[in-house]
Amino acid sequence: MTLTREQIASIAALARLELTAAEIPVYQESLSRIIDFVGALDACDTANVTPMAHPLPGLSQRLRPDVVTEEDHREQYQPNAPLTAAGLYLVPKVIE
Amino acid sequence: MGDLHRRTLTELAEGLRRRAFSSVELVGEFLARIERSQAALNAFISVTREQALAAAREADRVLATGGGGPLTGVPIAHKDIFCTAGVRTTCGSRMLDGFVSPYDATVVAKLRGAGAIMLGKTNMDEFAMGSSNETSYYGPVRNPWNLQLVPGGSSGGSAAAVAARLVPAATATDTGGSIRQPAALCGITGIKPTYGRVSRYGMIAFASSLDQGGVLTASAADAALLLREMAGFDANDSTSVDTPVPDYVATLEQPLTGLKIGLLREFFDQGLDRDCERCVREALGVYEGMGAQLTEVSLPHLPLSVPVYYVVAPAECSSNLARYDGVRFGHRCRNSRDVNDMYRRSRGEGFGAEVKRRIMTGTYVLSAGYYDAYYLKAQRVRSLINADFIRAFASVDVLMGPTTPTAAFAIGAKTADPITMYLNDIYTIGANLAGLPAVSVPCGFVAGLPVGLQIVGPHFSEARVLSVAHALQRATDWHTRVPQGYS
Repeated sequence: MTLTREQIASIAALARLELTAAEIPVYQESLSRIIDFVGALDACDTANVTPMAHPLPGLSQRLRPDVVTEEDHREQYQPNAPLTAAGLYLVPKVIE
Repeated sequence: MGDLHRRTLTELAEGLRRRAFSSVELVGEFLARIERSQAALNAFISVTREQALAAAREADRVLATGGGGPLTGVPIAHKDIFCTAGVRTTCGSRMLDGFVSPYDATVVAKLRGAGAIMLGKTNMDEFAMGSSNETSYYGPVRNPWNLQLVPGGSSGGSAAAVAARLVPAATATDTGGSIRQPAALCGITGIKPTYGRVSRYGMIAFASSLDQGGVLTASAADAALLLREMAGFDANDSTSVDTPVPDYVATLEQPLTGLKIGLLREFFDQGLDRDCERCVREALGVYEGMGAQLTEVSLPHLPLSVPVYYVVAPAECSSNLARYDGVRFGHRCRNSRDVNDMYRRSRGEGFGAEVKRRIMTGTYVLSAGYYDAYYLKAQRVRSLINADFIRAFASVDVLMGPTTPTAAFAIGAKTADPITMYLNDIYTIGANLAGLPAVSVPCGFVAGLPVGLQIVGPHFSEARVLSVAHALQRATDWHTRVPQGYS
Protein backbone atom coordinates (compact mmCIF):
# COMPACT_ATOMS: atom_id res chain seq x y z
CA MET A 1 0.00 0.00 0.00
CA THR A 2 1.26 3.46 -0.87
CA LEU A 3 0.03 6.45 1.07
CA THR A 4 -0.49 9.51 -1.11
CA ARG A 5 1.03 12.96 -0.54
CA GLU A 6 -2.45 14.14 0.41
CA GLN A 7 -2.81 11.38 3.01
CA ILE A 8 0.55 12.31 4.57
CA ALA A 9 -0.49 15.98 4.63
CA SER A 10 -3.78 15.04 6.28
CA ILE A 11 -2.09 12.82 8.93
CA ALA A 12 0.40 15.63 9.66
CA ALA A 13 -2.49 18.10 10.01
CA LEU A 14 -4.29 15.77 12.44
CA ALA A 15 -1.06 15.38 14.44
CA ARG A 16 -0.41 19.15 14.36
CA LEU A 17 2.99 18.66 12.75
CA GLU A 18 4.34 21.10 10.17
CA LEU A 19 6.26 19.18 7.51
CA THR A 20 8.58 20.73 4.96
CA ALA A 21 8.11 19.94 1.26
CA ALA A 22 11.21 17.76 1.46
CA GLU A 23 9.87 15.74 4.43
CA ILE A 24 6.59 14.69 2.77
CA PRO A 25 8.04 12.16 0.27
CA VAL A 26 10.31 10.74 3.01
CA TYR A 27 7.33 10.01 5.27
CA GLN A 28 5.26 8.86 2.32
CA GLU A 29 7.83 6.16 1.68
CA SER A 30 8.53 5.11 5.28
CA LEU A 31 4.94 5.23 6.57
CA SER A 32 3.80 3.17 3.57
CA ARG A 33 6.43 0.57 4.40
CA ILE A 34 5.47 0.52 8.09
CA ILE A 35 1.78 0.10 7.24
CA ASP A 36 2.69 -2.79 4.90
CA PHE A 37 4.88 -4.30 7.61
CA VAL A 38 2.16 -4.23 10.28
CA GLY A 39 -0.21 -5.67 7.67
CA ALA A 40 1.30 -9.05 8.63
CA LEU A 41 -1.22 -9.03 11.47
CA ASP A 42 -4.09 -9.52 9.00
CA ALA A 43 -3.09 -13.15 8.46
CA CYS A 44 -3.49 -13.92 12.17
CA ASP A 45 -6.84 -15.43 13.14
CA THR A 46 -8.20 -13.35 16.02
CA ALA A 47 -11.84 -14.42 15.90
CA ASN A 48 -13.24 -14.48 19.46
CA VAL A 49 -10.02 -13.03 20.91
CA THR A 50 -10.50 -10.19 23.39
CA PRO A 51 -8.20 -7.22 22.76
CA MET A 52 -5.66 -6.85 25.57
CA ALA A 53 -6.62 -3.86 27.68
CA HIS A 54 -3.95 -4.07 30.39
CA PRO A 55 -0.45 -5.60 30.36
CA LEU A 56 -1.14 -7.49 33.58
CA PRO A 57 -3.97 -9.93 32.94
CA GLY A 58 -6.80 -9.64 35.41
CA LEU A 59 -5.71 -6.25 36.72
CA SER A 60 -7.53 -3.06 35.98
CA GLN A 61 -6.95 0.59 36.77
CA ARG A 62 -7.05 1.50 40.42
CA LEU A 63 -9.73 3.96 41.53
CA ARG A 64 -9.61 6.56 44.30
CA PRO A 65 -12.28 8.62 46.05
CA ASP A 66 -13.46 11.54 43.90
CA VAL A 67 -12.00 14.31 46.03
CA VAL A 68 -9.57 17.10 45.19
CA THR A 69 -6.00 16.10 46.07
CA GLU A 70 -3.98 18.49 43.91
CA GLU A 71 -2.70 21.79 45.21
CA ASP A 72 -1.98 24.89 43.16
CA HIS A 73 1.60 24.74 41.82
CA ARG A 74 1.23 27.42 39.16
CA GLU A 75 4.17 29.51 40.35
CA GLN A 76 6.46 26.48 40.27
CA TYR A 77 5.23 25.38 36.84
CA GLN A 78 5.15 28.64 34.94
CA PRO A 79 8.92 29.22 34.67
CA ASN A 80 8.91 26.42 32.06
CA ALA A 81 6.27 28.12 29.92
CA PRO A 82 7.46 29.95 26.78
CA LEU A 83 5.25 33.00 27.46
CA THR A 84 3.25 34.05 30.53
CA ALA A 85 1.85 37.27 32.01
CA ALA A 86 0.13 37.87 35.35
CA GLY A 87 -0.04 34.13 36.02
CA LEU A 88 -1.63 33.38 32.64
CA TYR A 89 -0.27 31.33 29.73
CA LEU A 90 -0.15 33.48 26.59
CA VAL A 91 -1.05 32.09 23.16
CA PRO A 92 -1.74 33.79 19.81
CA LYS A 93 -5.22 35.25 19.48
CA VAL A 94 -7.80 32.44 19.12
CA ILE A 95 -11.03 34.43 18.70
CA GLU A 96 -11.22 37.27 16.16
CA MET B 1 43.60 8.39 40.04
CA GLY B 2 42.55 5.32 41.95
CA ASP B 3 40.91 2.10 40.88
CA LEU B 4 37.61 2.40 42.72
CA HIS B 5 35.80 2.30 39.38
CA ARG B 6 36.76 -1.37 39.02
CA ARG B 7 34.55 -2.30 41.95
CA THR B 8 30.90 -3.21 41.76
CA LEU B 9 28.10 -1.10 43.21
CA THR B 10 27.69 -3.68 45.99
CA GLU B 11 31.40 -3.48 46.86
CA LEU B 12 31.36 0.32 46.77
CA ALA B 13 28.35 0.56 49.11
CA GLU B 14 30.07 -1.85 51.49
CA GLY B 15 33.43 -0.02 51.28
CA LEU B 16 31.75 3.30 52.09
CA ARG B 17 30.08 1.82 55.16
CA ARG B 18 33.46 0.42 56.32
CA ARG B 19 34.90 3.87 55.49
CA ALA B 20 37.65 2.28 53.38
CA PHE B 21 37.32 5.38 51.18
CA SER B 22 35.14 8.48 51.21
CA SER B 23 32.19 9.37 49.06
CA VAL B 24 33.98 12.56 47.98
CA GLU B 25 36.90 10.46 46.76
CA LEU B 26 34.57 8.05 44.96
CA VAL B 27 32.39 10.72 43.36
CA GLY B 28 35.53 12.66 42.34
CA GLU B 29 37.02 9.64 40.59
CA PHE B 30 33.86 8.86 38.63
CA LEU B 31 33.29 12.54 37.71
CA ALA B 32 36.83 12.67 36.33
CA ARG B 33 36.14 9.54 34.25
CA ILE B 34 32.89 11.05 32.92
CA GLU B 35 34.59 14.30 31.94
CA ARG B 36 37.58 12.55 30.36
CA SER B 37 35.42 10.31 28.17
CA GLN B 38 32.67 12.75 27.20
CA ALA B 39 34.23 13.87 23.90
CA ALA B 40 34.67 10.27 22.73
CA LEU B 41 31.48 8.62 24.06
CA ASN B 42 28.94 11.47 24.47
CA ALA B 43 27.22 9.36 27.14
CA PHE B 44 25.95 12.33 29.16
CA ILE B 45 23.63 15.23 28.40
CA SER B 46 24.19 16.96 31.76
CA VAL B 47 26.86 16.45 34.43
CA THR B 48 25.97 17.70 37.91
CA ARG B 49 29.48 18.04 39.36
CA GLU B 50 28.83 20.62 42.08
CA GLN B 51 25.58 19.10 43.37
CA ALA B 52 27.22 15.64 43.38
CA LEU B 53 30.24 16.79 45.37
CA ALA B 54 28.03 18.62 47.86
CA ALA B 55 25.91 15.47 48.28
CA ALA B 56 29.10 13.42 48.71
CA ARG B 57 30.34 15.68 51.50
CA GLU B 58 26.98 15.29 53.22
CA ALA B 59 27.11 11.49 52.72
CA ASP B 60 30.56 11.39 54.32
CA ARG B 61 29.21 13.28 57.33
CA VAL B 62 26.36 10.77 57.68
CA LEU B 63 28.68 7.79 57.23
CA ALA B 64 31.06 9.18 59.85
CA THR B 65 28.28 8.91 62.43
CA GLY B 66 27.62 5.30 61.47
CA GLY B 67 24.34 6.28 59.80
CA GLY B 68 23.11 6.13 56.23
CA GLY B 69 20.97 3.99 53.94
CA PRO B 70 21.91 1.01 51.75
CA LEU B 71 23.33 3.26 49.00
CA THR B 72 24.68 6.20 51.01
CA GLY B 73 27.45 7.93 49.10
CA VAL B 74 27.27 5.67 46.03
CA PRO B 75 27.35 7.49 42.66
CA ILE B 76 24.82 6.69 39.93
CA ALA B 77 23.47 8.36 36.79
CA HIS B 78 19.88 8.81 35.65
CA LYS B 79 18.64 8.41 32.11
CA ASP B 80 17.51 11.86 30.98
CA ILE B 81 13.92 10.61 30.79
CA PHE B 82 13.56 10.79 34.60
CA CYS B 83 12.54 14.22 35.91
CA THR B 84 15.01 15.76 38.35
CA ALA B 85 13.94 18.84 40.30
CA GLY B 86 16.18 21.79 39.47
CA VAL B 87 18.29 19.86 36.94
CA ARG B 88 17.49 20.01 33.22
CA THR B 89 15.51 17.03 31.84
CA THR B 90 15.57 16.87 28.04
CA CYS B 91 14.43 13.34 27.08
CA GLY B 92 17.01 13.67 24.28
CA SER B 93 14.79 16.18 22.46
CA ARG B 94 15.04 19.74 21.25
CA MET B 95 11.43 19.99 22.46
CA LEU B 96 12.61 19.85 26.09
CA ASP B 97 16.03 21.44 25.62
CA GLY B 98 15.41 24.06 28.33
CA PHE B 99 13.01 22.09 30.52
CA VAL B 100 13.74 22.08 34.26
CA SER B 101 11.32 19.85 36.10
CA PRO B 102 9.68 21.31 39.20
CA TYR B 103 9.61 17.84 40.81
CA ASP B 104 11.57 14.57 41.04
CA ALA B 105 10.49 11.31 39.45
CA THR B 106 9.61 8.74 42.13
CA VAL B 107 12.62 6.64 41.03
CA VAL B 108 14.93 9.63 41.49
CA ALA B 109 13.44 10.46 44.91
CA LYS B 110 13.62 6.84 46.09
CA LEU B 111 17.23 6.36 45.07
CA ARG B 112 18.21 9.65 46.66
CA GLY B 113 16.33 8.56 49.78
CA ALA B 114 18.41 5.37 49.82
CA GLY B 115 21.54 7.55 49.75
CA ALA B 116 22.59 7.36 46.08
CA ILE B 117 24.25 10.42 44.53
CA MET B 118 23.40 11.52 40.98
CA LEU B 119 26.43 12.44 38.84
CA GLY B 120 24.43 13.44 35.80
CA LYS B 121 21.78 12.68 33.20
CA THR B 122 22.57 10.22 30.42
CA ASN B 123 22.06 10.59 26.69
CA MET B 124 19.25 8.64 25.02
CA ASP B 125 17.26 8.30 21.82
CA GLU B 126 14.77 11.15 21.52
CA PHE B 127 11.74 10.36 23.72
CA ALA B 128 13.20 6.82 23.99
CA MET B 129 12.31 6.13 20.35
CA GLY B 130 15.24 4.31 18.83
CA SER B 131 17.48 1.26 19.09
CA SER B 132 20.86 2.90 18.46
CA ASN B 133 20.95 6.22 20.33
CA GLU B 134 21.24 7.96 16.96
CA THR B 135 17.95 9.89 17.27
CA SER B 136 19.16 12.03 20.21
CA TYR B 137 19.10 15.81 19.64
CA TYR B 138 22.41 15.82 21.54
CA GLY B 139 24.18 13.54 19.07
CA PRO B 140 24.87 9.81 19.02
CA VAL B 141 26.47 7.92 21.89
CA ARG B 142 29.42 5.74 20.91
CA ASN B 143 29.97 2.15 22.02
CA PRO B 144 33.03 1.98 24.33
CA TRP B 145 33.96 -1.42 22.82
CA ASN B 146 34.37 0.23 19.40
CA LEU B 147 33.75 3.92 18.84
CA GLN B 148 32.48 3.35 15.29
CA LEU B 149 29.58 1.30 16.62
CA VAL B 150 26.28 2.13 18.32
CA PRO B 151 25.77 1.34 22.03
CA GLY B 152 22.15 0.32 21.35
CA GLY B 153 19.16 2.31 22.51
CA SER B 154 17.21 3.92 23.69
CA SER B 155 19.17 3.83 27.00
CA GLY B 156 22.47 4.08 25.08
CA GLY B 157 24.04 6.72 27.33
CA SER B 158 23.33 4.77 30.51
CA ALA B 159 24.67 1.56 28.94
CA ALA B 160 27.86 3.13 27.54
CA ALA B 161 28.48 4.89 30.87
CA VAL B 162 28.22 1.67 32.89
CA ALA B 163 30.21 -0.36 30.33
CA ALA B 164 33.06 2.20 30.44
CA ARG B 165 32.72 2.35 34.25
CA LEU B 166 31.94 6.10 34.20
CA VAL B 167 29.36 5.24 36.86
CA PRO B 168 28.87 1.93 38.66
CA ALA B 169 25.17 1.84 37.70
CA ALA B 170 22.50 3.87 35.95
CA THR B 171 18.74 3.98 35.67
CA ALA B 172 17.10 3.24 32.32
CA THR B 173 13.70 2.54 30.76
CA ASP B 174 12.45 -0.19 28.47
CA THR B 175 9.43 0.08 26.15
CA GLY B 176 10.48 -2.48 23.52
CA GLY B 177 13.99 -3.45 24.61
CA SER B 178 15.60 -0.14 25.56
CA ILE B 179 17.31 -1.59 28.66
CA ARG B 180 18.12 -5.12 27.47
CA GLN B 181 19.30 -4.35 23.92
CA PRO B 182 21.92 -1.73 24.97
CA ALA B 183 22.92 -3.99 27.91
CA ALA B 184 23.66 -6.75 25.37
CA LEU B 185 25.48 -4.46 22.94
CA CYS B 186 27.63 -2.92 25.70
CA GLY B 187 28.38 -6.12 27.65
CA ILE B 188 26.58 -5.27 30.89
CA THR B 189 23.57 -6.45 32.92
CA GLY B 190 20.13 -4.88 32.50
CA ILE B 191 16.73 -5.67 33.96
CA LYS B 192 13.30 -4.59 32.79
CA PRO B 193 10.99 -5.40 35.69
CA THR B 194 7.35 -6.47 35.53
CA TYR B 195 5.01 -3.76 34.24
CA GLY B 196 3.87 -1.79 37.30
CA ARG B 197 6.81 -2.84 39.51
CA VAL B 198 8.68 0.49 39.25
CA SER B 199 6.81 3.78 39.37
CA ARG B 200 6.42 5.68 36.09
CA TYR B 201 5.70 8.97 37.91
CA GLY B 202 8.06 11.60 36.54
CA MET B 203 9.32 9.20 33.86
CA ILE B 204 8.48 10.95 30.60
CA ALA B 205 5.83 8.85 28.83
CA PHE B 206 6.35 7.19 25.44
CA ALA B 207 3.96 4.20 25.30
CA SER B 208 2.18 3.91 28.63
CA SER B 209 1.09 0.26 28.41
CA LEU B 210 4.70 -0.80 27.71
CA ASP B 211 7.04 1.68 29.47
CA GLN B 212 8.86 0.36 32.53
CA GLY B 213 11.84 1.70 34.49
CA GLY B 214 14.78 -0.48 35.40
CA VAL B 215 18.55 -0.50 35.80
CA LEU B 216 21.81 -1.04 33.95
CA THR B 217 24.63 -2.40 36.10
CA ALA B 218 27.88 -4.36 35.98
CA SER B 219 26.31 -7.45 37.60
CA ALA B 220 23.02 -9.11 38.51
CA ALA B 221 23.87 -8.62 42.20
CA ASP B 222 24.16 -4.86 41.63
CA ALA B 223 20.86 -4.87 39.72
CA ALA B 224 19.22 -6.66 42.67
CA LEU B 225 20.51 -4.03 45.10
CA LEU B 226 19.44 -1.05 43.01
CA LEU B 227 16.06 -2.47 41.99
CA ARG B 228 15.21 -3.31 45.60
CA GLU B 229 15.58 0.39 46.42
CA MET B 230 13.66 1.81 43.45
CA ALA B 231 10.76 -0.66 43.08
CA GLY B 232 7.47 -0.45 44.92
CA PHE B 233 3.98 0.94 45.01
CA ASP B 234 3.41 4.60 44.19
CA ALA B 235 -0.01 6.23 44.47
CA ASN B 236 1.15 8.78 41.87
CA ASP B 237 1.28 6.11 39.13
CA SER B 238 -2.16 4.73 38.31
CA THR B 239 -0.67 1.45 37.01
CA SER B 240 1.71 0.93 39.94
CA VAL B 241 1.04 -2.46 41.54
CA ASP B 242 0.59 -2.66 45.30
CA THR B 243 2.66 -5.80 45.96
CA PRO B 244 5.51 -5.91 48.50
CA VAL B 245 9.05 -5.71 47.09
CA PRO B 246 11.03 -8.82 48.05
CA ASP B 247 14.67 -8.49 49.13
CA TYR B 248 16.21 -9.37 45.75
CA VAL B 249 19.71 -9.39 47.27
CA ALA B 250 18.83 -11.93 49.96
CA THR B 251 17.56 -14.47 47.39
CA LEU B 252 20.43 -14.21 44.88
CA GLU B 253 22.06 -17.49 45.90
CA GLN B 254 19.11 -19.83 45.20
CA PRO B 255 20.37 -23.20 43.90
CA LEU B 256 19.51 -23.97 40.28
CA THR B 257 18.99 -27.70 40.71
CA GLY B 258 15.78 -28.69 38.98
CA LEU B 259 15.31 -25.26 37.36
CA LYS B 260 13.32 -25.73 34.18
CA ILE B 261 14.59 -23.51 31.36
CA GLY B 262 12.54 -23.13 28.21
CA LEU B 263 14.49 -22.37 25.04
CA LEU B 264 12.46 -20.02 22.90
CA ARG B 265 12.40 -21.79 19.54
CA GLU B 266 11.23 -18.64 17.73
CA PHE B 267 14.33 -16.77 18.93
CA PHE B 268 16.77 -19.21 17.33
CA ASP B 269 15.59 -18.18 13.89
CA GLN B 270 17.28 -17.36 10.60
CA GLY B 271 17.92 -13.79 11.66
CA LEU B 272 20.17 -14.86 14.54
CA ASP B 273 23.89 -14.44 13.87
CA ARG B 274 25.57 -17.88 14.10
CA ASP B 275 28.39 -16.67 16.35
CA CYS B 276 25.94 -15.01 18.73
CA GLU B 277 23.95 -18.25 18.78
CA ARG B 278 27.11 -20.17 19.73
CA CYS B 279 27.68 -17.84 22.74
CA VAL B 280 24.07 -18.20 23.87
CA ARG B 281 24.16 -21.99 23.54
CA GLU B 282 27.40 -22.15 25.53
CA ALA B 283 25.71 -20.22 28.35
CA LEU B 284 22.79 -22.65 28.21
CA GLY B 285 25.35 -25.45 28.57
CA VAL B 286 26.68 -23.75 31.71
CA TYR B 287 23.17 -23.81 33.19
CA GLU B 288 22.78 -27.47 32.28
CA GLY B 289 26.08 -28.15 34.06
CA MET B 290 24.62 -26.50 37.18
CA GLY B 291 21.66 -28.90 37.24
CA ALA B 292 19.06 -27.01 35.22
CA GLN B 293 16.84 -28.84 32.72
CA LEU B 294 16.58 -27.45 29.20
CA THR B 295 13.51 -27.95 27.03
CA GLU B 296 12.55 -26.27 23.80
CA VAL B 297 9.28 -24.36 23.85
CA SER B 298 7.37 -22.70 21.05
CA LEU B 299 5.41 -19.45 21.30
CA PRO B 300 3.71 -19.47 17.91
CA HIS B 301 2.48 -15.86 17.96
CA LEU B 302 5.78 -14.37 19.11
CA PRO B 303 7.04 -13.61 15.56
CA LEU B 304 4.17 -11.09 15.34
CA SER B 305 5.60 -9.06 18.27
CA VAL B 306 7.27 -6.44 16.10
CA PRO B 307 4.21 -5.66 13.94
CA VAL B 308 2.00 -5.55 17.07
CA TYR B 309 4.47 -3.19 18.72
CA TYR B 310 4.63 -0.86 15.72
CA VAL B 311 0.88 -0.34 15.98
CA VAL B 312 0.48 -0.15 19.77
CA ALA B 313 3.60 1.89 20.63
CA PRO B 314 3.09 4.62 17.96
CA ALA B 315 -0.61 4.83 18.86
CA GLU B 316 0.19 5.46 22.53
CA CYS B 317 3.09 7.77 21.55
CA SER B 318 0.86 9.94 19.36
CA SER B 319 -1.51 10.33 22.29
CA ASN B 320 1.17 10.95 24.95
CA LEU B 321 3.13 13.44 22.84
CA ALA B 322 0.02 15.52 22.16
CA ARG B 323 0.90 17.35 25.40
CA TYR B 324 3.80 19.15 23.68
CA ASP B 325 1.85 22.09 22.35
CA GLY B 326 4.26 24.98 22.93
CA VAL B 327 1.98 26.49 25.59
CA ARG B 328 2.81 25.22 29.08
CA PHE B 329 6.36 23.95 28.59
CA GLY B 330 8.72 22.90 25.82
CA HIS B 331 9.77 24.50 22.56
CA ARG B 332 7.66 27.25 20.96
CA CYS B 333 8.25 28.50 17.42
CA ARG B 334 8.78 32.22 16.74
CA ASN B 335 6.24 34.60 15.17
CA SER B 336 3.25 32.30 14.94
CA ARG B 337 0.34 33.55 12.82
CA ASP B 338 -2.34 31.85 14.89
CA VAL B 339 -2.70 29.12 17.47
CA ASN B 340 -2.75 26.25 14.97
CA ASP B 341 0.33 27.60 13.25
CA MET B 342 1.98 27.73 16.68
CA TYR B 343 1.10 24.08 17.45
CA ARG B 344 2.25 22.83 14.05
CA ARG B 345 5.51 24.72 13.82
CA SER B 346 6.45 24.26 17.50
CA ARG B 347 5.99 20.49 17.10
CA GLY B 348 7.55 20.40 13.63
CA GLU B 349 10.67 22.19 14.93
CA GLY B 350 10.81 20.56 18.38
CA PHE B 351 10.54 16.90 17.35
CA GLY B 352 13.14 14.98 15.37
CA ALA B 353 12.49 12.79 12.32
CA GLU B 354 11.91 9.44 14.08
CA VAL B 355 9.58 10.94 16.70
CA LYS B 356 7.52 12.57 13.93
CA ARG B 357 7.41 9.26 12.08
CA ARG B 358 6.01 7.49 15.13
CA ILE B 359 3.51 10.23 15.95
CA MET B 360 2.22 10.07 12.37
CA THR B 361 2.11 6.25 12.34
CA GLY B 362 0.11 6.38 15.56
CA THR B 363 -2.18 9.11 14.28
CA TYR B 364 -2.87 7.05 11.16
CA VAL B 365 -3.65 3.76 12.96
CA LEU B 366 -5.98 5.54 15.38
CA SER B 367 -7.73 7.67 12.76
CA ALA B 368 -11.37 7.23 11.82
CA GLY B 369 -11.95 4.06 9.83
CA TYR B 370 -8.60 2.45 10.71
CA TYR B 371 -8.90 1.94 14.47
CA ASP B 372 -10.44 -1.54 14.23
CA ALA B 373 -8.19 -2.70 11.42
CA TYR B 374 -4.94 -1.72 13.11
CA TYR B 375 -5.21 -0.85 16.80
CA LEU B 376 -7.86 -3.34 17.92
CA LYS B 377 -6.37 -6.02 15.70
CA ALA B 378 -2.94 -5.47 17.27
CA GLN B 379 -4.39 -5.61 20.80
CA ARG B 380 -6.07 -8.92 19.90
CA VAL B 381 -2.78 -10.40 18.67
CA ARG B 382 -1.17 -9.01 21.81
CA SER B 383 -3.63 -11.13 23.85
CA LEU B 384 -2.51 -14.19 21.88
CA ILE B 385 1.18 -13.44 22.53
CA ASN B 386 0.43 -13.00 26.22
CA ALA B 387 -1.45 -16.32 26.27
CA ASP B 388 1.56 -18.01 24.62
CA PHE B 389 3.80 -16.81 27.45
CA ILE B 390 1.36 -17.89 30.16
CA ARG B 391 1.10 -21.35 28.57
CA ALA B 392 4.90 -21.63 28.42
CA PHE B 393 5.30 -20.69 32.09
CA ALA B 394 2.96 -23.53 33.05
CA SER B 395 5.78 -25.93 32.17
CA VAL B 396 9.03 -23.96 32.61
CA ASP B 397 10.37 -21.55 35.27
CA VAL B 398 12.16 -19.14 32.94
CA LEU B 399 12.53 -18.67 29.19
CA MET B 400 15.91 -18.06 27.58
CA GLY B 401 17.23 -16.92 24.25
CA PRO B 402 19.42 -14.26 22.71
CA THR B 403 18.75 -10.60 23.56
CA THR B 404 19.58 -9.34 20.05
CA PRO B 405 20.06 -10.94 16.62
CA THR B 406 23.60 -9.54 16.23
CA ALA B 407 26.31 -7.78 18.21
CA ALA B 408 26.65 -3.97 17.98
CA PHE B 409 26.33 -2.48 14.46
CA ALA B 410 27.97 0.54 12.86
CA ILE B 411 26.73 4.08 13.46
CA GLY B 412 24.68 5.00 10.39
CA ALA B 413 24.22 1.40 9.22
CA LYS B 414 20.48 1.18 9.89
CA THR B 415 19.29 4.79 9.88
CA ALA B 416 18.11 4.76 6.26
CA ASP B 417 15.47 2.07 6.80
CA PRO B 418 13.22 2.24 9.88
CA ILE B 419 12.03 -1.38 9.49
CA THR B 420 15.61 -2.71 9.63
CA MET B 421 16.14 -0.68 12.79
CA TYR B 422 12.84 -1.87 14.32
CA LEU B 423 13.78 -5.52 13.74
CA ASN B 424 16.72 -5.11 16.12
CA ASP B 425 14.19 -5.43 18.95
CA ILE B 426 12.67 -8.63 17.60
CA TYR B 427 13.63 -10.70 20.68
CA THR B 428 12.94 -8.08 23.34
CA ILE B 429 9.49 -6.70 22.45
CA GLY B 430 7.55 -9.81 23.56
CA ALA B 431 8.32 -9.22 27.25
CA ASN B 432 6.99 -5.64 27.00
CA LEU B 433 3.78 -6.69 25.26
CA ALA B 434 3.11 -9.25 28.01
CA GLY B 435 4.45 -7.03 30.86
CA LEU B 436 7.02 -9.65 31.93
CA PRO B 437 10.32 -9.15 33.78
CA ALA B 438 13.39 -9.84 31.65
CA VAL B 439 17.14 -9.60 32.12
CA SER B 440 20.03 -9.41 29.67
CA VAL B 441 23.40 -10.69 30.88
CA PRO B 442 26.73 -10.90 29.01
CA CYS B 443 27.38 -14.44 27.71
CA GLY B 444 30.42 -14.13 25.45
CA PHE B 445 32.11 -12.15 22.72
CA VAL B 446 32.05 -12.20 18.93
CA ALA B 447 35.02 -10.48 17.27
CA GLY B 448 35.67 -8.47 20.42
CA LEU B 449 32.03 -7.42 20.85
CA PRO B 450 29.77 -8.53 23.71
CA VAL B 451 26.73 -10.79 23.28
CA GLY B 452 23.71 -10.90 25.60
CA LEU B 453 21.67 -13.79 26.95
CA GLN B 454 18.05 -12.93 27.71
CA ILE B 455 16.18 -14.47 30.66
CA VAL B 456 12.40 -13.89 30.84
CA GLY B 457 10.29 -14.89 33.84
CA PRO B 458 6.61 -14.88 34.85
CA HIS B 459 5.05 -11.67 36.24
CA PHE B 460 6.75 -10.48 39.46
CA SER B 461 9.52 -13.10 39.29
CA GLU B 462 12.34 -10.51 39.45
CA ALA B 463 13.92 -12.38 42.38
CA ARG B 464 14.05 -15.57 40.30
CA VAL B 465 15.40 -14.07 37.07
CA LEU B 466 18.04 -12.12 39.00
CA SER B 467 19.19 -15.21 40.90
CA VAL B 468 19.35 -17.18 37.63
CA ALA B 469 21.40 -14.36 36.07
CA HIS B 470 23.62 -14.24 39.16
CA ALA B 471 24.30 -17.99 38.88
CA LEU B 472 25.76 -17.49 35.39
CA GLN B 473 27.94 -14.68 36.74
CA ARG B 474 29.21 -16.98 39.50
CA ALA B 475 30.28 -19.49 36.85
CA THR B 476 31.62 -17.13 34.13
CA ASP B 477 33.50 -13.83 34.03
CA TRP B 478 31.99 -12.23 30.90
CA HIS B 479 30.36 -9.52 33.02
CA THR B 480 33.72 -8.45 34.47
CA ARG B 481 35.24 -7.53 31.08
CA VAL B 482 35.79 -3.82 30.55
CA PRO B 483 36.51 -2.24 27.14
CA GLN B 484 40.12 -1.36 26.36
CA GLY B 485 41.00 2.13 27.50
CA TYR B 486 38.47 2.08 30.35
CA SER B 487 39.88 -0.61 32.66
